[in-house]
Amino acid sequence: MKVGWLEVTVATLFLTLVLGAVWTRGRNWLDPEFWKRYAIIGSAIMFIALIILTFDTLAKTKIGSDRVPSPTVINYKIDYKYDPEKGYFKPVIGPEKELLFGKEYSEEEAMELIVKGKLVIQSRACMDCHTLLGNGAYYAPDLTKAWLDPKWEKVMIAATQSKTKEEAMVKFLMHPDKYATWTRRMPNLDIDEEEAKAVVAYLKWMAAINTNGFPDHFGESKLVKF
Amino acid sequence: MEKILTRFWGDISNLPESRKIALMYWTVAIALFGAQLLFGLIAAYQYINPDFLYTVMPFNITRMLHINAMVVWLLMGFIGGIYWLLPDETGRDVVGAKLGRIAFYLLTGAVAVVVLVYILVQMGKGNFFTMWFINEGREYIEAPRWADIGIVAVMGIIYYNVLATVLKAKKITGLLGVLLIDLIALAGLYVAGMFFTPNITYDQFWWWWVVHLWVEATWEVLVGVLMGWALMHVLGTPRRIIEGWLYLEVLLVFGTGILGLGHHYYWIGTPEYWLGIGGFFSSLEPIPLVAMIVHAVYDAGVHKLQTVNRPALFFIFLQAFGNFFGAGVWGFMHTLPQINLYSHGTQMAASHGHLAFFGAYVATNLVLMYIALQHIRAPHGPILDSKTWKIAYVGMIVSMVGMVGALLVAGFAQTFFERAIGGATWQDYIMSQMHPWVKIPMYWRLGFGILFFIFYFVLVYDMLTIGKKKVEAVEVKPA
Repeated sequence: MKVGWLEVTVATLFLTLVLGAVWTRGRNWLDPEFWKRYAIIGSAIMFIALIILTFDTLAKTKIGSDRVPSPTVINYKIDYKYDPEKGYFKPVIGPEKELLFGKEYSEEEAMELIVKGKLVIQSRACMDCHTLLGNGAYYAPDLTKAWLDPKWEKVMIAATQSKTKEEAMVKFLMHPDKYATWTRRMPNLDIDEEEAKAVVAYLKWMAAINTNGFPDHFGESKLVKF
Repeated sequence: MEKILTRFWGDISNLPESRKIALMYWTVAIALFGAQLLFGLIAAYQYINPDFLYTVMPFNITRMLHINAMVVWLLMGFIGGIYWLLPDETGRDVVGAKLGRIAFYLLTGAVAVVVLVYILVQMGKGNFFTMWFINEGREYIEAPRWADIGIVAVMGIIYYNVLATVLKAKKITGLLGVLLIDLIALAGLYVAGMFFTPNITYDQFWWWWVVHLWVEATWEVLVGVLMGWALMHVLGTPRRIIEGWLYLEVLLVFGTGILGLGHHYYWIGTPEYWLGIGGFFSSLEPIPLVAMIVHAVYDAGVHKLQTVNRPALFFIFLQAFGNFFGAGVWGFMHTLPQINLYSHGTQMAASHGHLAFFGAYVATNLVLMYIALQHIRAPHGPILDSKTWKIAYVGMIVSMVGMVGALLVAGFAQTFFERAIGGATWQDYIMSQMHPWVKIPMYWRLGFGILFFIFYFVLVYDMLTIGKKKVEAVEVKPA
């Protein structure tokens, strides 16, 4: 039997009800002890369920899994397409290559870059303006699929006089105040070239994570026409 | 210290040590409340004038200070509450008073250093030194690692104090039992946020263990304990009823809130089953909050609103209704995945966060502080009352509702324009932010924010003065 959300929900509620009833049998429901026992049973069952689900989730989302891919995906073309079977948008990785900074990264090198990228993202408190996977502050755009953002190719390559998208991203990250496209400008966070490259790699890798369709129809806008 | 406390709170010479420590925490808490509002105002103004402090203190720093000051002052308020009720529940003074004071100074000192580093250093290079000594850049728990360890150590001391006092008194009440278990969970959960991983899915998975299981589980239960104790003291509700309700609330809060954690696991890379589990359990999360309202209103009705402490009673109402509307209704609005797919990461969340924290946690702290004020300044009656608390009360509620309403309008519009019509991109974001339905509410938010700041000073004035003047004798109706 495949265990899904409904089985988990029904099982936890059922167990709480039944085990609680067994442990409180014969007691008046107005007796505080009745509710004390139910509180202990309910909390324990929910917490045990959470632990089991946590193990399952961690196994399914480790780096290199189906949902959270290996960092070597930065060597491939990444796309975001509607999956009719799932009913949501899913990242499509490859099969054609699309090298980052014209270089093919080994697993080890790619991992090093991802670690560095994450450290840079945390050190500049990016999350306190932007959202990552939708979490953070709402002062600046969501970065979940920032790698796939059409603005890099349509506007920023020309604005930064770059040849490629990743070059434009690096220049922008190093001098965001110089390449502002709006009155609410990103501040200069003293990001050096090595750090900027790591962040770009991180954004490319993050765009390849299966986020169950968030954000929906990314880039297909009726509001913005370049 | 005694001098400062006497000046702010009144004659404290008869108080047990535990309660003096409570007042120390509350004094810092109220000051940090002001700091939270100040940085919030700067951040709100930066939405309107992005050039303001652009190079000196950019938005990420002002916003970080805004939310960190909030977390710390609420937590310090709760610790104060625990130290306040401890002698009453155990029938004796705290065992490690000196240790308790040391822990207070350690925590206050650490907070001061962290804030100074946030303001003066702000950010570092992308390396582990920054994580350990400047900031960790994870919303709400940005505090650098050394401070994390310090916070857990201080929580350990506080825990020891509660446990040792209970053991020495050889007396445990239902309230204390729940408190002891809840505090272990609360301190233990913080450890889940103390590591680095390049995997952002793991990062956010554990990050929510701290953030969600704090504010939507262990903090709610802690508030249940504090409010239960408050109801006994403000309305004279019998302990048996309070404890029965508390257990029911624990069942409902943990029963829905633990797996309700799933509503943060929709879009962070975690498996699809979280959509169902999170959607189902989190939509039940308002139920315990309804129970809390029923409890408070029923008790107040039974006692025909007669109390010796009017501000505390009314802040109890604010807590019950604010928690229900802010956490319950506002949370429910965007908790189902079918809506959250579009509203996730918009001003909807800001609207919910403002009302929920104000209702559930700010109000709780103010209830406890007013109970202390009555105990210190008017222990034998007449009732604790003044004109100014009413002004602060109504003023804060009106200005909070104004801010929350403004953010809600902005959040709806952002969801619709950026996420539904637009394609959620950089340019869609800019277009939606420039839309009048998002842009204008940001002015309302700032206006109501300034108003809230003014009423904060009215509140502080009232706390400094209420009950100090001898009022003419009125008939005392004890609860």
